[in-house]
Amino acid sequence: MTTFEAILLTIVTASTPLLIAALGELVAERSGVLNLGVEGMMAMGAACSFAAAVTFDSTLLGVGAGILAGALMASLFALVVLGFAANQVGSGLALTIFGLGLSGLIGAPFVGARRDPVAHIDIPGLSDIPVIGRLFFEQDLFVYASIALTILVAIYLTRTRSGLTLRSIGENHTSANALGLPVWRVRFWAILFGGACAGLAGAYLALVYTRFWSPGMTAGRGWIALALVVFAAWRPGWLLVGAYIFGAATVLQLHAQAAQFGVPPQVLSAVPYLATILALLLLSLRHGRAIGAPGSLGVPFVPDR
Amino acid sequence: MRFELTPRPNVSPVMRALAPVAAFITAFLIAGLVIWLMGRSPAAAFDVYVLQPLSDPWSLQELVVKATPLALIAIGLSYCFRANLWNIGAEGQYVIGAVLGSWLALKTHGTEAGLWVLPLMLLLGIIGGALWGLIPAFLKTRFGVNEILTSLMLVYVAQLVLDYLVRGPWRDPKGFNFPQSVTFDPSATLHPIFEGGRVHFGALFALIAVLATAVILGRTLFGYRLKLTGDAPRAARFAGFSSKSTTMAVFAISGGLAGLAGITEVSGQIGQLQPSISPGYGFTAITVAFLGRLNPIGILIAALVVALTFIGGESAQILLKLPLDLTQAFQGILLLCVLAGDALVSYRIRFVTRGGGK
Amino acid sequence: MKADVSSSGPPLVELKGISKRYGDLLANDGIDLSIEPGEIHALLGENGAGKSTLVKILYGVIEPSAGEIRWEGRPVSIGSPVEARNLGLGMVFQHFSLFDELTVAENIAVALSGDWDLATVRGKLGEISRTYGLALDADRAVWTLSAGERQRIEIVRCLLQNPRLLILDEPTSVLTPQEAEHLFTTLDRLSAEGCSILYISHKLEEVRRLCRRATILRAGRVVATIDPRASSAREIAALMVGSEVGEIRTDAPHHPEGEMLKVASLNLPPAGMHGQSLRDIDLTARAGEVVGIAGIAGNGQTELFAALSGERLAGGPDAVVIAGRPVGTTGIDGRRRLGAAFVPEERLGHAAAPTHRLSENTLISHAAAEVSRSGFILVNAARRLARTIVQSFDVRTPEGDPQARKLSGGNLQKFVIGREIIRKPKLIVVDQPTWGVDAGAARLIRQALVDLARQGSAVVVVSQDLDELFEVADRMAVIHQGTLSPLKPIGEWTKEAVGLEMLGVAQASGGVHAV
Repeated sequence: MTTFEAILLTIVTASTPLLIAALGELVAERSGVLNLGVEGMMAMGAACSFAAAVTFDSTLLGVGAGILAGALMASLFALVVLGFAANQVGSGLALTIFGLGLSGLIGAPFVGARRDPVAHIDIPGLSDIPVIGRLFFEQDLFVYASIALTILVAIYLTRTRSGLTLRSIGENHTSANALGLPVWRVRFWAILFGGACAGLAGAYLALVYTRFWSPGMTAGRGWIALALVVFAAWRPGWLLVGAYIFGAATVLQLHAQAAQFGVPPQVLSAVPYLATILALLLLSLRHGRAIGAPGSLGVPFVPDR
Repeated sequence: MRFELTPRPNVSPVMRALAPVAAFITAFLIAGLVIWLMGRSPAAAFDVYVLQPLSDPWSLQELVVKATPLALIAIGLSYCFRANLWNIGAEGQYVIGAVLGSWLALKTHGTEAGLWVLPLMLLLGIIGGALWGLIPAFLKTRFGVNEILTSLMLVYVAQLVLDYLVRGPWRDPKGFNFPQSVTFDPSATLHPIFEGGRVHFGALFALIAVLATAVILGRTLFGYRLKLTGDAPRAARFAGFSSKSTTMAVFAISGGLAGLAGITEVSGQIGQLQPSISPGYGFTAITVAFLGRLNPIGILIAALVVALTFIGGESAQILLKLPLDLTQAFQGILLLCVLAGDALVSYRIRFVTRGGGK
Repeated sequence: MKADVSSSGPPLVELKGISKRYGDLLANDGIDLSIEPGEIHALLGENGAGKSTLVKILYGVIEPSAGEIRWEGRPVSIGSPVEARNLGLGMVFQHFSLFDELTVAENIAVALSGDWDLATVRGKLGEISRTYGLALDADRAVWTLSAGERQRIEIVRCLLQNPRLLILDEPTSVLTPQEAEHLFTTLDRLSAEGCSILYISHKLEEVRRLCRRATILRAGRVVATIDPRASSAREIAALMVGSEVGEIRTDAPHHPEGEMLKVASLNLPPAGMHGQSLRDIDLTARAGEVVGIAGIAGNGQTELFAALSGERLAGGPDAVVIAGRPVGTTGIDGRRRLGAAFVPEERLGHAAAPTHRLSENTLISHAAAEVSRSGFILVNAARRLARTIVQSFDVRTPEGDPQARKLSGGNLQKFVIGREIIRKPKLIVVDQPTWGVDAGAARLIRQALVDLARQGSAVVVVSQDLDELFEVADRMAVIHQGTLSPLKPIGEWTKEAVGLEMLGVAQASGGVHAV
């Protein structure tokens, strides 16, 4: 494998957790709920999945635990923002603070442990194609799953009745309520899906990407996923593109650090964060405002009497 | 079964004041449950977290020391949150304030520079924080970029700036390669209020900020401007208050106060720059601001209460081997409880069960 | 005879003793109402009489506190709009329940029960459109459509489910006279096919045109059930209002002089993605006169108001001249200081902050009122001002200095208009002065505006209510898609001419304002 191929491979690995987490958030936001707790849910997913995988020596159980942890965190959020109509920005922030702290507690006994690499799936024939063969057809299962999930979410949103209901609720919850659409129920499941995806993304980070646990290992990826949703104008297809651009930026700055161009490593480490700001800026420059944002995004729903 | 939320026609001030207290108790119960689940004694934890710090004079001073940056930052954030603007990057503004202020301390290090150094350092701290805060404000007002994400991203950038400086150009050459600057000269150090005490003049700044803010928010047109912008943005525009200048102003104020908190902490507490100069004050201050109901006096009380969890957390780590992360988890749960409590004050929640008909 | 009221069998729907209580307020108080198959039944009442509450109960949006609903003689409980639709109810909301970013077909599909796919919906949509002459493009996004077209979506959405009872809440408030007539034809036809219609309105003429039975609500109670054709408009109005509402006095001598407002070739790009741009607006208002701007909602009234008030600035200073001073690039504060005053359409959230007390709400026009000094609020002065407004304009408040949201629509409107009138502005611009306001308050507001003009101020009234404009205006123009028709004395306008201008037809035929 050439260095070039290796870099391409790591780009895919770095992009996948961003894509998965952002997909979940995208669905939640299309239903009109802004959950800023992605970072916290992701951290919990990482800690719980790693703890379970080490304890039971099973990647599968680890992944299950990560998804469950994310979903549980999300249901806490759902209780507060749906049940109590609490402020979504503040509650999401609280969820992140809580998740980062609790994940530290859960992960503490597992600092220093390591997991073996997850098996890659080789699609015979196709994976022999030079360069792109290994890139596209010899990845781990999560990569294929994330692509499939993107397509499924896209189909769900545009082609199914339930997806239309979800979009309508996100667009205008007052009208939706007047028509008798189940605003709370749909939002609850959308939030839960968002949490499960964030948990899965965290599991991927801990079990595949780094293969160890350290506190704060999500390193702002949850926030980047949130920015990606804006960047993608709430469209799953663009999310795929965005996630891969960001994954590439992350990986390339790591390689640049290794190559020691004489640039301080901190400057390169700042690249993903600065790139996020730049991406949001460019998007605003092009459209003048956040285009495609669901109409009721972030507005607490209290039915009129 | 389904929920029904109905706005309460009248909310008594007593209820409004009691909601954060109830939230605090709820958060405590949840934390106790977590500790119990971890196989520790919640009673012992309560003793270490709350009772011991409150019964020890040294800890009481420490309480004020920890509450100082929290109160300063949270007071600043209350300007933003009242106007419904989400500056969640106070941690970064704190760091940049500390960095810019420290620049002068390091420049004048070993010289005969006199009394002017410290005030100028504080001023630079305020300017540094304000400028860092103005970046997301500018991006929002000029280009419509969401301030939540940009202000947060700039936290990471600020921390990397600090990291670069203390490992690179500002590292103490005689520091055995430790990533830290030289220790500040006395002329660049914020002194304790009482000889031999721990509480430094930063606490006074926090008190001044509280009192000034109480007047500004309650009695001036500017305070009304923030309230109106937050409660009814169209009415604010109708009143002739430009939302752009409001945004710039509150980000400058909150950034400035966070920067002031940063430089007072470094010059009054730590005495030098190092890679980590905050146990997350900038984020915890968000909890403090809401726990204090965005009211200056409330924030002062909330800062002291939350400072307790920091001190308790440190001693719990030593005495009970409970990880420091527990404090952070508690602060997150506390914020959730406070926000849910706010909603419970404004709405009556009913569970409706539907019988018959089918 | 298309609707035989005396037909045998139980009524289609019967409401018995329906009550709804909100805290101290009894929005509906023991309402009885029955609708026969094929009948067009009117529900008449003033704003705040309880009409909307009653139909929301019938449509399952809210639960009644007491009472019974019978459908074809059987008692039913309607727990949600879905259950209502399954029963055979269809509802056209006053504030449409549409989704701006979705297409027409999607808007219809999302409200349908049962199995469907978008292709089927498109097909059925075409069918219904042709049958009833309700033209709609299935793939257009809703935000691109006019109010009339949006209402068509709501109607088609109901018709696709073959409703037995169609409820329309103030359906003509957003239509031109011509569009309204088209709607009436459709309704007559539906009724002839056996569909019952509950028609909610406060406009007597329409009710007399359509209905043979009308139930009149006042303060949450049924005061009478009558044949609107057999009673005079005066009698019905008296039943609705409870007492006679006097005419407003406009008889004072009227010699307009001195241009207080001059707008010349004002152009303004749309504010948001879905906004309306303003093109070459020319307008003048002289001291002593009331100038009316008619038009259907969404034709640029909001933008025109923003441009006059200074909430949005024009390209150059000369586009707007107030009291002889070019102010096109001056903000709202500067215009207030020149003696201008403004009252926007939205009471809650724009003219007043809902959760703020009335005294705090006086601070909104702080630039021209004596409620602050060098940046500090004069709390006592603000309280005094609020009290004076409350007394001078008969604002009924639940307590001394209540939050704005606790006032009824009419009382809050009296307050926000009073807040501006009380300082005797040289120019006042009011957008929809009596929208959603009860008759008593509406009369007081109109009188106050006319009186202000007679005392030498220039008054500009933007309104969708043609009757109102014919009552108060001295000169009038019509706004259509961001352009303004010529300003003509009120005597030279007929309702038909206004209707044509509203549709933009007059421009094509006359070409009068190719300026």
